[in-house]
Amino acid sequence: MYVIETRDLTKKFKNLVAVDNLNLQVSEGAIFGLLGPNGAGKTTTLLMLTTLRNPTSGSAKVNGFDVVKQPSKVRNSIGIVFQDPSSDDILTGYENLKLHGMLYGMPAKLREDRIKEVLELVDLTDRKDDLVKKYSGGMRRRLELARGLMHHPKILFLDEPTLGLDPQSRDHIWTYIEKLAKEEKITIIITTHYMEEADKLCDRIAIIDSGKIVVLNSPSNLKKTIGGDIVTLKTKNPNIEKLKKLRFVKKVEIKNHTLTLTVTNASEHLPEILKNIGKVESVEVHSPTLDDVFIHYTGKEIREDSPEGGWAERAMHMRSNK
Amino acid sequence: MSETSGIYALWYREFKVFLREKSRVVSSIINPILWLLIIGGGLGASVDIEGINYQTFIYPGVLAQTILFSSIFFGVYIVWDRKIDFLKEVLVAPISRTSIFIGKILGGATDALIQSFILLLVGVAFTTIGIIPGLNLNIITVLLSLVVLLVTTTGLVSIGLIIGSQMESPEGFQLIVSFLVFPMFFLSGALFPINNLPAWMAPFTFLNPLTYAVDALRGILLGVSQFHVAYDLGIVSLFSIGMILVGTQAFKRMKV
Repeated sequence: MYVIETRDLTKKFKNLVAVDNLNLQVSEGAIFGLLGPNGAGKTTTLLMLTTLRNPTSGSAKVNGFDVVKQPSKVRNSIGIVFQDPSSDDILTGYENLKLHGMLYGMPAKLREDRIKEVLELVDLTDRKDDLVKKYSGGMRRRLELARGLMHHPKILFLDEPTLGLDPQSRDHIWTYIEKLAKEEKITIIITTHYMEEADKLCDRIAIIDSGKIVVLNSPSNLKKTIGGDIVTLKTKNPNIEKLKKLRFVKKVEIKNHTLTLTVTNASEHLPEILKNIGKVESVEVHSPTLDDVFIHYTGKEIREDSPEGGWAERAMHMRSNK
Repeated sequence: MSETSGIYALWYREFKVFLREKSRVVSSIINPILWLLIIGGGLGASVDIEGINYQTFIYPGVLAQTILFSSIFFGVYIVWDRKIDFLKEVLVAPISRTSIFIGKILGGATDALIQSFILLLVGVAFTTIGIIPGLNLNIITVLLSLVVLLVTTTGLVSIGLIIGSQMESPEGFQLIVSFLVFPMFFLSGALFPINNLPAWMAPFTFLNPLTYAVDALRGILLGVSQFHVAYDLGIVSLFSIGMILVGTQAFKRMKV
């Protein structure tokens, strides 16, 4: 049985098709990733699946309920952690959770027990009576993770769960997500533009670009579709024609003196490549990552399309471009 | 069941926040006291109205002013909720938009009523020490005033929420609301009697719902009013019911 099923789900804004005839099926208990650059339509898809936006056309069922016709049943079955913090920072962590429990009509006893449970799960028990204002970014994300789980949802949506967090907090959040997937036995839908995140957490990934699913598979299968390892060479005048004739070279791409090859068994064939290519400044060999998969299917790097994000991220982005 | 629990949740949050933001309470009380002491005292030194001390005359008006400002400006918090994304958390909960609206009204009305209650106590103190003579404040008139204020505030909070539900920025909200709040205050008869107005002004004054709130409060606290208190209360109730209906629709259309 599918917990999420969309049929030709479409959302149009004035002259932009944000989500274009999306057909998606997610099985129960999976960690499913929607991966794509900012503006690919991930968040819009999420807003439609969570009943916050109505689709322009097509339909979607969440936990068997139609998002347009049975919104309140859908809302009862889902929990959400939004991209931006959405807790009230003048309230304490505990009060935010209590408020959530009341909004979802949980009986007092059940609510209090559950608050203890979820606080424990995200290690915030000893900070529960502090104002959220005093939490760090990572703690706040954890609190919202706990809040999303409060009412025992069947499906948990996480919209860019680690956006803007430092690497250490990111690792923490990942650990919690893996832990709760195991302990709470729920389906988790993650949107992200971090390849590493999708790779680490998801059972299945849909790569989405310009509102369409480009490809959908497990991370390992996606990486297999590359058909070899990635060899990156810096060189002035490569002999491309000669390279293309080699049977183990699957793909050749050149961009500003940087040559990217897809090679089967690269470590074995590297000497032969070097012999054929002429003078080389540097060589790098790595097994395919989701980054390579993304470039393979969309023809562009995911980070090229992400001008958003925090200032730190932009600064790092600028530096890596130099 | 989940609807009432949801309404209670929203009220609970507004109340907690209100208690924590003490500066809000303090400033909302200082302002009317300044009006009473300075405008009331200053003008009152040379003016009295139909034999009533001017300070005493404007006391009900200042009470109405407090409820007007704090009720309508309460709408800014929904703009903030949208800005800090808390609104999403509420809109994605399994409760109806009508319940969200009711919860918000209750929150705003509680804030406004607490402030007016403090001001009523200030009134009692001022009367006792003789700053405002001739004010008829006792348990019954205080309770009656609170009824009028409650009915008035639900309508006014609704106006604030209607505007707030359609606005993106707190600055825009402030701007639009000040264009509304000041004419409503000045044309309400809070500061002058309404039985002898210039012809151009009379229609605006009699279309202004706040006029009837001021008149009712004056009737209760001073024993002088243009209309019967029950008539005033009837008009204000109609206004509030109308605003609640409009507000429910506005909330149904509200986007994230």
